[in-house]
Amino acid sequence: MSGDVILSTIGVTKRFGRFFALRDVTVAFNRGSLTSIIGPNGAGKSTYFNLLSGALSPTTGKIFFEGRDIAALPQHTFAHLGIAKSSQITSVFPELSTVENVRIAAQARRVRYNFWTPRARYIELIDKAQALLEVVGIAHRGDLPARALAHGEQRALEIAMALASEPRLLLLDEPTAGMSPVETRTMMDLIAGLAAKRTVILVEHKMKLVMGISQRLVVLHHGEIVAEGTPDEIRGNDTVRRIYLGGRKF
Amino acid sequence: MRPLSLALTAQRARDGTDALTRRRVLIAALFLGVFPWLMPYKALAINVLIYGLYAVGFNLLYGYLGMLSFGHAAFFGTGAYGCGIVVARWGKPWFLAIPAGVFSAAVVALAIGYLAIRTRGIYFAMVTLALAQCVYYVFFQAESLTGGENGLRGVNVRSISLPGVSLNLLRPTTKYYFILFFVVVALWIVSRILASPFGAVIEAIREREARARACGYNVAAFKLITFVVSGALCGLAGALNAIHLSTVPIESLVYETSGLAVIMSLLGGTGTFFGPFVGAAAFLLIQDLTALWTEHWQLIAGAVYMIFVLFFPRGIWGSVLEWLYR
Repeated sequence: MSGDVILSTIGVTKRFGRFFALRDVTVAFNRGSLTSIIGPNGAGKSTYFNLLSGALSPTTGKIFFEGRDIAALPQHTFAHLGIAKSSQITSVFPELSTVENVRIAAQARRVRYNFWTPRARYIELIDKAQALLEVVGIAHRGDLPARALAHGEQRALEIAMALASEPRLLLLDEPTAGMSPVETRTMMDLIAGLAAKRTVILVEHKMKLVMGISQRLVVLHHGEIVAEGTPDEIRGNDTVRRIYLGGRKF
Repeated sequence: MRPLSLALTAQRARDGTDALTRRRVLIAALFLGVFPWLMPYKALAINVLIYGLYAVGFNLLYGYLGMLSFGHAAFFGTGAYGCGIVVARWGKPWFLAIPAGVFSAAVVALAIGYLAIRTRGIYFAMVTLALAQCVYYVFFQAESLTGGENGLRGVNVRSISLPGVSLNLLRPTTKYYFILFFVVVALWIVSRILASPFGAVIEAIREREARARACGYNVAAFKLITFVVSGALCGLAGALNAIHLSTVPIESLVYETSGLAVIMSLLGGTGTFFGPFVGAAAFLLIQDLTALWTEHWQLIAGAVYMIFVLFFPRGIWGSVLEWLYR
């Protein structure tokens, strides 16, 4: 399966002091695919996510996005490149209205250093924000401050904010963490829908969740890739079963 | 009205989209137009204008961007000296002196901001305080230009000739309206900035810096620009104070003056448009009224301040808004 590669990491190592969080990770992600990064706690998933989203820079190695090395670029440029993320810890603007949260995210690619025009004048941004809230299913909550939303709704809001920059690559770190089973199902349906139109990389602890929707899985353990393949291949992989699932069937 | 529509109203006010918010500068101008007749005497009203503007400038940084500076006296003082030196030492007219004050304050803000925005929280407060002290010593030492410890005397702008009219600034009422003109223009600029896309971003940075960065905003640039604008506004307040007092006391630059901006903003309500102005008015009134019968007026001002911090953390105007919109 050698399609058009949108993102690749080549020999990426991240060291914190003497601790290697990631060691020589080489992966290529195909455009239009949904790939899940899985692994037990402490496998280096979140570190890898932070490297892909620009929150951290690798100690050594290269990260190519659409042919460009982005490993050392500052984080705020990532949204403009076409990479957006929703991180594990909910991160919204709590005192601002839900629709304003998304509007600010959408504004970043349209207008930044305008000190004079009333922001209400950019009606298309408000419409876009409203439409994105519709997509993630919380349009009826638009006028409430973000802090008043339920946990699942805040996660949905974050995804709407990520989508607002019209990313070609969407990065999601444990989007269902702390969610109820109902919320989890809604979120997974949403992600499956989003993946139809863009490349998605999903970092997830719960393997079961992502089996159904992923085209490819990458298994990390102790900061190294131990397996890579389709869901079926991963299911049948003995190493994965041993280190990740403690030998249990799934 | 149902609770949801109340929340809606509050949110529209926050986003600057309701009718009152859009007309807030006009409302402020009308109120300040009659304000001198609500005060015991005109000089106090002028003080409220000047320190109100000073607190508004500070609040842009603290209330909207969320960065607590303890060094804003540097900008107030630099604005005052900048304006004062142009008038008293170089003999140039007011319309050059006021922009000179604003510009020099902005330059000092650019230098201090460039160094300070690398830090946050208490470190930011400490760095701004330390750098403001450096500014104080520079002006203190440059005696030939600034008058050193005696302050700068002779900032005399007695009358102003405009095409067709001549304003006599020795008349307190005329002076009040002269200063009010600048304050209203400054409030208008602040209001436009807060309602602009830029204003939305600085509030987003206050709310969650990491998310603002992930959205694609260069947070450091936004912080520095806001710092400079805030410094320039405080510089304008200082420049107007130099014209008001005809002197620039060295106290313009001491750290108590920095603290004044913090106290006035907190007392009135940070992160609200009118809050800092209300806080400045309240503080100066308390000072003026209590100083009449005791020299320990600071005890009373301190007690009032503590009551507000403990029981009304949103400040006077913030509490009024909370009560209005619930």
